[in-house]
Amino acid sequence: MNHDSRSEILRGARAGIPIAIGYVPIAIAFGILAKQAGLRAGQALAMSAFVYAGASQFASLSLIAGSASPIAIAFATLVLNFRHFLMSASLAQKLPPHASSAIGLGVTDETFVVAMAEERLTPVFFLGLNVTVYLSWSTGTIIGAVFSTFIPQVLARGMSVGLYAMFIAILVPGARKSWVILVVAAIGGLLTWGLAFVFPGLPYGWRIVIAILAASAVGAAIRKADA
Amino acid sequence: MIWITIAAMSVVTFVPRLIPFLLGRNLALPPWVRRWLAFFPAAALGGLIFPGILSVVPDKPWLGLAAGACAAAVAWKARNSIFPVLVGIGVAVALEVFF
Repeated sequence: MNHDSRSEILRGARAGIPIAIGYVPIAIAFGILAKQAGLRAGQALAMSAFVYAGASQFASLSLIAGSASPIAIAFATLVLNFRHFLMSASLAQKLPPHASSAIGLGVTDETFVVAMAEERLTPVFFLGLNVTVYLSWSTGTIIGAVFSTFIPQVLARGMSVGLYAMFIAILVPGARKSWVILVVAAIGGLLTWGLAFVFPGLPYGWRIVIAILAASAVGAAIRKADA
Repeated sequence: MIWITIAAMSVVTFVPRLIPFLLGRNLALPPWVRRWLAFFPAAALGGLIFPGILSVVPDKPWLGLAAGACAAAVAWKARNSIFPVLVGIGVAVALEVFF
């Protein structure tokens, strides 16, 4: 590995630290709840390692507790995580063509937005980012599942704000540069939220997919009109 | 049964993440698709932040909003994302302890 890619991988790993700070308490909470839902610590860890998608993991616990079938749970998971398909599509356009496709396995909401905020995104940067984030998610799950007795809830909740604060920190520079970014984000947020009232029972996974497609279309239309 | 569930969840989560990389990369996409894809991060951020931050403390949506507003104010000034994260966490913990 040459010097450039070594410093890129380290830069990526460092960029993952704010995400890791947000992930650890959520992963701990997942570990605790997984134990309560009847999973072994090893099963909780396996889910974090091989599913690696927070919202669907939490959803699966309540479905497992309600003794839903694996097929039903897999379908719910697919619906919840389909947004990653859109994110992968966007990310694949930004990475150079020689990048390994396996890199797509690391796509989460958080790694996606951090990677897309890079001016010139390199595959090794994304790799470094994924290593930090993946380890924090797995480690937090183990901590939660093994020490599920006493972890102060006030702190855990407060730390979950960290994740949103990081999203905001990523959004703000783009919004300062272009008001269109702010408009698109506002539409995305209001749609994801509002669709729950218009279509009660429409899962979060579909709501955010619809919101991403619609809000981005508005942004593209505005930009086109500008050009 | 739980192992089968985990395996099934794993397949349906990792395959959609991979497909765009396996299929679409050498495709020359029309400009309007590129413009569209370019806004996905901003739209996704909005969709992640807004409903999520209201439910940080489920019965106190204002608490998450207040912490988020403070984080946004700091992000407007600061260059990196560590300060907004720390301020957001600090404000949320303080508000929950005091109110």
